[in-house]
Amino acid sequence: MYTKDGESYFVVDGHVHFWDGSPANQANIHGTQFIDCFYDYHKNLSPAEWLWPKDKFEKYSEQDLIHDLFEVGYVDKAIFQPTYLTDFYTNGFNTTEQDAAVAEKYPDKFIVNGAWDPRDGERGLRALGELAQRYNLRGVKLYTAEWRGDSHGWKLSDPEAFRYLEKCRELGIKNIHVHKGPTIRPLERDAFDVHDVDVAATEFTDLNFIVEHVGLPRLEDFCWIATQEPNVYGGLAVAMPFIHSRPRYFAQIVGELCYWIGEDKILFASDYAIWQPKWLVEKFVDFEIPEDLTEYAPLTADVKRKILGLNAAALYDIEVPAQFAAKVPDEPAAEVAVGASS
Amino acid sequence: MTLVRTDQREAVVDALRTVRDPELDESIVDLGFVTSSTVDGGHAEVRLRLPTYFCAPNFAYLMVADAQDAVRSVPGIDTASIVLVDHFASDAINSGVAAGAGFVGSFPDEAGSELDDLRRNFQRKAHVAAMERACRRLLTDGWTIESLPHARLADLPDGAERERLRRRRADVDLPLDPGCLVLVGDDGAPVEPDDAPLRLRFAHTVRVSIDGNAHFCRGLLATRYPDSAVEEVLR
Repeated sequence: MYTKDGESYFVVDGHVHFWDGSPANQANIHGTQFIDCFYDYHKNLSPAEWLWPKDKFEKYSEQDLIHDLFEVGYVDKAIFQPTYLTDFYTNGFNTTEQDAAVAEKYPDKFIVNGAWDPRDGERGLRALGELAQRYNLRGVKLYTAEWRGDSHGWKLSDPEAFRYLEKCRELGIKNIHVHKGPTIRPLERDAFDVHDVDVAATEFTDLNFIVEHVGLPRLEDFCWIATQEPNVYGGLAVAMPFIHSRPRYFAQIVGELCYWIGEDKILFASDYAIWQPKWLVEKFVDFEIPEDLTEYAPLTADVKRKILGLNAAALYDIEVPAQFAAKVPDEPAAEVAVGASS
Repeated sequence: MTLVRTDQREAVVDALRTVRDPELDESIVDLGFVTSSTVDGGHAEVRLRLPTYFCAPNFAYLMVADAQDAVRSVPGIDTASIVLVDHFASDAINSGVAAGAGFVGSFPDEAGSELDDLRRNFQRKAHVAAMERACRRLLTDGWTIESLPHARLADLPDGAERERLRRRRADVDLPLDPGCLVLVGDDGAPVEPDDAPLRLRFAHTVRVSIDGNAHFCRGLLATRYPDSAVEEVLR
């Protein structure tokens, strides 16, 4: 939790990692370049005092994780999103199993999400069932642009993906986090295209589809589909740190999201350890839309409360103490796009 | 002799200025993607770099291929090598473009088709963004959202917005007659007054998105190559 100026905020970090990108775990040049690319993101968008040395960034300790999220980072609950990348890293970059091993030691601190790939067929469906049972999964993280054999990635609108979504429904996994692109293979179409999410969200209205990175670099496509689907949400991982280096752009991102999809469907996330929740939370609570950007509604304390924690808490049935509730009951205060309020 | 070669190098750089990153709708020269260009006799060599090792290979391919076409069109240049460096698909893209193999020919086991649809999609976005800039100009000049659907190209004052809109319209094969409407659908059709606010609002989002991506890519390029800090062009 975070308190400032008499306002209290319950914080759910919707996207955290516990990875091993160290040279010892790198299987090939792609593994080296992948963590290098993350490190460039970290260096480019972090305040100078928050920069880590490269070796710590490649592999940080469990103590770092706990300290940065919960001891100083104001996070009440963190959601682990796995990133397997087993082609790049000998033991995987960040698997569900690795996340769960940490989560078990800190009860009530983490939510462990799983993953699936529709190209795993029957075997994958069985594995998903086992994973769900073992870790009590309520969410999964999906990468649609991953190549495999002759397959150039997959779409959420594929019949095989629908079978997995049906399985999720059956297993009580209701939060489907989708990460579009980038692809490391030459794809003739846009790897960031989100239109398949639209199709799946229309078909599975009882599941929630959280598009990670709010569709960046296709914010406009994401807003367009999300405004029409009441069960499509936007995760702010990667968008958050612009609050420091590009505050006007950050204001535009949040302003666009509030306009098109509404304040109830935007989820805070640090993408730890690329960025740290402490400075992101502090800056976000202090943040105001610049006065000259008159097309956007102001970010009130209630809007910030929802984005920082209440929205994710609703998706994951996280109990929120009463003092953190929004002060003004729900009513459409700001101008919201057609469809956003449905 | 030296003078001629300098002129030719400048001509090569000018040609490269016409090459745009399709996603960012901005010149690869202004973005800092061109690291060097040299001319030796009738041969030009250009080196390109990108903000990350994993930048989408389809867009990277388009930029290398477009650069080759642009440089080869410079009078006096007979051959050109465009060398993309520090990218996971550098070798395949460089040799594929050099051989004129196309995207499919460059990635015979991987690419399913050429990139025409992809390019078209991003030209469409670039047109929408340019349209929004032009509309903003008109609104500043006293037009209202109600009257905007009737604004014509001739109503735009001389300047960057009109030129940009004309170029982006040409890319998507929309006519350039002074009587053409400014605020249109992707197909050039008029926008009904009732639909104008939503069309303009979405165009605004497209423009914000493209501009934001350009900021991010510039930042990543500067992080990856600390010597690359380039002037940002007012967008």
